[in-house]
Amino acid sequence: MGFSPGRVVALMGRYWYVLKGSVPRLLDIAYWPTVQMIVWGFMSMYLREQSGLIAGAFGLLIAAVLLWDVLFRGQLGLALCFLEDVWSRNLANLFVSPLRPSEMGLAMIAMSLVRTLIGIVPASILAIWFFGFSVYSLGLALVGFFFTLIMFGWAIGLAVSGLILRWGAGAENLAWGVMFAIMPLAAVYYPVTVLPGWLQPVAWAMPPAYAFEGMRMVLIHHQVDAGLMARGLALDIVYLGLGFLVFIRCFELARRRGLILQQGE
Amino acid sequence: MSAESPAIVVADLVKRYDQVNAVDGISFTVPRGSVTALLGGNGAGKTTTIAMMLGLLVPTSGSVTVLGHDMARHRARVLGRMNFSSPYVDLPHRLTVRENLKVFGRLYGVRDLKTRIAALADTLELDGVLDRPAGKLSAGQKTRVALAKALINEPEVLLLDEPTASLDPDTGDWVRSLLEGYRKGNGATILLASHNMAEVERLADQALMMKQGRIVDRGAPAQLIASYGRTNLEDVFLDIARNRGHAAEIAGAAS
Repeated sequence: MGFSPGRVVALMGRYWYVLKGSVPRLLDIAYWPTVQMIVWGFMSMYLREQSGLIAGAFGLLIAAVLLWDVLFRGQLGLALCFLEDVWSRNLANLFVSPLRPSEMGLAMIAMSLVRTLIGIVPASILAIWFFGFSVYSLGLALVGFFFTLIMFGWAIGLAVSGLILRWGAGAENLAWGVMFAIMPLAAVYYPVTVLPGWLQPVAWAMPPAYAFEGMRMVLIHHQVDAGLMARGLALDIVYLGLGFLVFIRCFELARRRGLILQQGE
Repeated sequence: MSAESPAIVVADLVKRYDQVNAVDGISFTVPRGSVTALLGGNGAGKTTTIAMMLGLLVPTSGSVTVLGHDMARHRARVLGRMNFSSPYVDLPHRLTVRENLKVFGRLYGVRDLKTRIAALADTLELDGVLDRPAGKLSAGQKTRVALAKALINEPEVLLLDEPTASLDPDTGDWVRSLLEGYRKGNGATILLASHNMAEVERLADQALMMKQGRIVDRGAPAQLIASYGRTNLEDVFLDIARNRGHAAEIAGAAS
């Protein structure tokens, strides 16, 4: 039996039913990006009064926090899909069906996209209303930044899900914490050049730096660096491949060690 | 694969965890259209054996073949023709019964899913709870929903881990009748792990008595009862568990 888009859609339905059936969950997805945007928006207003540079690029912090949420929610949204099945002790039911691990990965990616949009779009609209800043002023480049970041989030989310399958409940905190370990190197609020010299190659080895540097180039210099974006997306393809590899390898390890039946207990 | 060939073939199956053999070199076949029961105390290796039959667990050595396919390497080719239920594996609690059946129906590629769900709801008396979250059902209702999931794709091979656990006698009897009817109506092959000896006596064509990862005896329930000089399968089980009577003779001969 080959790859089945029907099975991917079936599993997306499973995750969608959980979301649509829970207003608190839907509100929670939109709540945190909105609160962060408001906080950073007020910070931006304060800094605008203090600094001419910030006055010239008022939206830097708001755009940065919204794009950071794309990265964070992209990863968390995927890992939470996996954790839903761990918590509900449903993994064995899924893996005795014809569902393949790669199909599960694709379904989680699709739902992560849905969850990220549910979180970010309302916050971005409120940013226009509260602070007069539209992240959509980045133009088509925003699409590039969005996918550069969310694809890296997916890669990390797949790897984290694999590690949860391998290590069980002890690894669940990775889902919430791993992105904050990457954040200092992602150049979210400052350029890569702020980092010590020896850390800068590490930052450039990950796609987020390309997105955030590209974002600052648009907002401050009104230029789009297509080459920068292309390099970020190329790195994403590599990381996404590695993420799938980790997930599938952990699944095979779980089969050898009998870990699938133990999840959630 | 001919129509006569067994549905399940287990050959020299071993599963080792660190220094312990959870399954220690078992071999058996399950003829098509029959019911085979795995019996044994806790830790005997029943669930581990079933997990290897489902491809959830890779054997250390030996093989499991279901409908002609090696489950360690080619399980994807046959999973659509099998299904499974266990009280240790839940359906997502936040989804309604209907939503759960829709998800699994689509995963198994069931055609005319709406009709299939309606038929299962009628057979398993789930009409009143179809739109209730799976987590808000009684134990009996959860068992029936798990069976509905297990039957959604009309499997040729059905693996059941304690299908009537925590059910009252009336509901348990009802489930057993359902399984008998399913086997007769669909020609399905059923393998079940159970602690309910009366259930095994009623349903099984052959019983495999497991202890410490090995099959210590096997046969039709009536044959086992006769050979152990007992009146019911529970006493046979106790003889094996406590290594007494005929079980002690067998163990002595084996050593």
